[in-house]
Amino acid sequence: MSVESLFPRLEPLLPKVQKPIQYVGGELNSTIKDWDEATVRWALMYPDAYEVGLPNQGVQILYEILNELPETLAERTYAVWPDLEALMRSEGVPQFTVDGHRPVRAFDILGVSFATELGYTNLLTALDLAGIPLEAADRTDEDPIVLAGGHAAFNPEPIADFLDAAVLGDGEQIAIAISEVLREWKAEGSPGGRDELLLRLASTGGVYVPKFYDVEYHQDGRIMRVVPNRDGVPTRVFKHTVMDLDEWPYPKKPLVPLAETVHERFSVEIFRGCTRGCRFCQAGMITRPVRERSITTIGDMVEAGIRESGFSEVGLLSLSSADHSEIADVTRGLADRYEGSQVGLSLPSTRVDAFNIDLANELSRNGRRSGLTFAPEGGSERMRKVINKMVTEEDLIRTVTTAYSNGWRQVKLYFMCGLPTEEDVDVLGIADLAKKVIKAGREATGSRDIRCTVSIGGFVPKPHTPFQWAAQCDHETVDRRLRALRDALRSDKEYGRAIGYRYHDGKPSIVEGLLSRGDRRVGRVIRAVWEDGGRFDGWSEHFSFERWMAAAERAFADEPVDVDWYTTRERDEHEVLPWDHLDAGLDREWLWQDWQDALNTVEVEDCRWTPCYDCGVCPTMGTEIQIGPTGRKLLPLTVI
Amino acid sequence: MQRLRVRYAKRGRLRFTSHRDISRAVERAVRRAGIPVAYSAGFSPHPKISYAGAAPTGVASEAEYLEIGVNRPCDPRRVRDDLDASLPPGLDVLDVVEARDGNLADRLEGSMWELRLPGADPGEAERAVKEFLSADLVEVERLTKKGMRRFDARQAVRSLAVVGEPGITAGQETVQPCVILRMVVRHETPAVRPDDVLMGLRLVAGFAPPSPAAVTRLAQGPLDATGEPADPFAFDRAGGDR
Repeated sequence: MSVESLFPRLEPLLPKVQKPIQYVGGELNSTIKDWDEATVRWALMYPDAYEVGLPNQGVQILYEILNELPETLAERTYAVWPDLEALMRSEGVPQFTVDGHRPVRAFDILGVSFATELGYTNLLTALDLAGIPLEAADRTDEDPIVLAGGHAAFNPEPIADFLDAAVLGDGEQIAIAISEVLREWKAEGSPGGRDELLLRLASTGGVYVPKFYDVEYHQDGRIMRVVPNRDGVPTRVFKHTVMDLDEWPYPKKPLVPLAETVHERFSVEIFRGCTRGCRFCQAGMITRPVRERSITTIGDMVEAGIRESGFSEVGLLSLSSADHSEIADVTRGLADRYEGSQVGLSLPSTRVDAFNIDLANELSRNGRRSGLTFAPEGGSERMRKVINKMVTEEDLIRTVTTAYSNGWRQVKLYFMCGLPTEEDVDVLGIADLAKKVIKAGREATGSRDIRCTVSIGGFVPKPHTPFQWAAQCDHETVDRRLRALRDALRSDKEYGRAIGYRYHDGKPSIVEGLLSRGDRRVGRVIRAVWEDGGRFDGWSEHFSFERWMAAAERAFADEPVDVDWYTTRERDEHEVLPWDHLDAGLDREWLWQDWQDALNTVEVEDCRWTPCYDCGVCPTMGTEIQIGPTGRKLLPLTVI
Repeated sequence: MQRLRVRYAKRGRLRFTSHRDISRAVERAVRRAGIPVAYSAGFSPHPKISYAGAAPTGVASEAEYLEIGVNRPCDPRRVRDDLDASLPPGLDVLDVVEARDGNLADRLEGSMWELRLPGADPGEAERAVKEFLSADLVEVERLTKKGMRRFDARQAVRSLAVVGEPGITAGQETVQPCVILRMVVRHETPAVRPDDVLMGLRLVAGFAPPSPAAVTRLAQGPLDATGEPADPFAFDRAGGDR
């Protein structure tokens, strides 16, 4: 059965909405495959506005890989803004893909990539607009399999009722494997309907199907256990890890949109994973081990990406880019290759290290030295030991002074507020640090034309980290400390005007905390918020704390739990956590020990340069650290 | 520095591109096509590409113009082919000439527009056009960046007619019965846009089409004695050696 384009019905609505181009598709390097020639059809969604979702690497990679498969097609869909949503409802136009403008409900799989929990309400909008029942239990064989991925999928429990399945970790290989299972099942005549398909996926051990697990609770609200309710369903579901990134050099053909997006550049992931061991960092914990892309593959990808896209900016992405074993050769080689051209290179790395300045200098040979960013994260030495961010005040001052001396005039410093064990003095320490930075910078440069911006946000404890047991700081305390810091910075006559201050208030962090460490009962809150009009919760102009709290009150009325129970309550060692049956490879006992070490301000070194500290990932997942040096260099490009 | 003048079209769904969208797309296409575009000097160099009188977002066009400064002499025909191949389908390069003297923007004195009005009544349209043309002054209002503005939409209109034959069907992809208006409007400040004229038709004769107009700019150029926009490249071409 062929599926017609919805575009003729969408088109008359477009002159009435903001930025209509975002719904039109037709990006350079986008693909529309023949519907009838494919047997496996994916709709890939990034549950935020197009301008945020389009540049997402995960979606672009999967889109390209899936479209390269025979018999498989993938199209993209994004959250529509409320103005178009209203028109689509009144005109009966369902959620569509931007490639073929096909109805999302006609696809076999709706794969949704959650980088953050704040996209959950947008998932519900998309499902509802698509005509797909919100609850998985109400879906029929006519509905797609709704599958979640991305970092937030490491605890999909709050949206478990809305999902048919979730996958943890790197998507490249599992997306192909899922396509194969689906293709075979269809070839056999779709025996047993969607239930059989889900069972086949679950039995691979790499796909989590929430409905095949029952959650039992204690009287006091804690989880007693999570157990499979079917034969052939594994007790634990493991994450996926792509080894040898050189074999997966995607995106090869980056999507180039007509509409303006948040990242107007071509990005190359230079490695995955991070073992620095920052205890607040979920990304660093769930993406282990470190797997580098080789210098030559990076060079090839940058060259092809620029040629295919016409972008003039290239970003070298990773969780800590300066840690690539051959980063100096990478930056020098690329700077040589593109010297004199209009190609700009950036290294969004945030390590506080003078070495970083050398790299940044290399990448800015053409003379643009506007701003550098560093993330000490904690305002006091003690705080930085708690979070295992091993930066001394001396390091920081020296690094920043070097930056100013090298002609960088603006330095941005990232911090978090509300970290475990934090006291007022730890946050106020940020003001002292910033003043010392400016003082040292003025002395080093002899100029007053230098600036420093302090950027600070609320900390949210995340699953699969040593802080998964921690009490989240209440928003009143966070806000009080943030105001005190602002006053301390502003009141300073000598340095105050050279220091900028950006902060986010603490309330959204509480909602993020509820969604991050929530269990299946939180799904009712999400649904209630959505029914009350909640959309685009990552956008301050759409987010309503009051709406979330009111919805939580209603949803938890008959439960022994509330928002505080999920957020500001510290968990003990043996409490069953909602995500304990989902395995990122991290050893639970190691995580607990690391949490105790945090409380005792004991630091842990990076396992790339010191012996293994037994986090458990490599033995559990059968993986190993993959780092250089390869000893290879980037040769000059031959101009034809 | 050689300057190349480019006529391009904005067709189909790409009519929803804004001016900023187009300039990003053109800059990237120029880089992909390997056209040796010149850059401005200074702290943040910009490619030397300038745009003349871009059609509004949502309006299709067969006659948009831009000018590219290049570092070394280029064959305009080759630039036309390479740039067209690099731009997404729907942003189509129609013509490239090497610039002689003069300012291109100054030559774009007026535009010919076509408005397709699906579901509108032809008789009412005819009456409204007659009313409009017989008026000396038709004051309309539009919300501008400086707030609500009142101005005359009549004087700038050189010609306005209901035409039987559809022009170039570059607008809406959906085909349904519609009234087609064609008009030539002189470029002035404040600019009188086709929708201002539509509003004028409503004010003078209560003409209110049931759905939004699909608008296409058909031509832009010097307004000659016939009252129609002439080819703005005629001067460049006459001096050229090809």
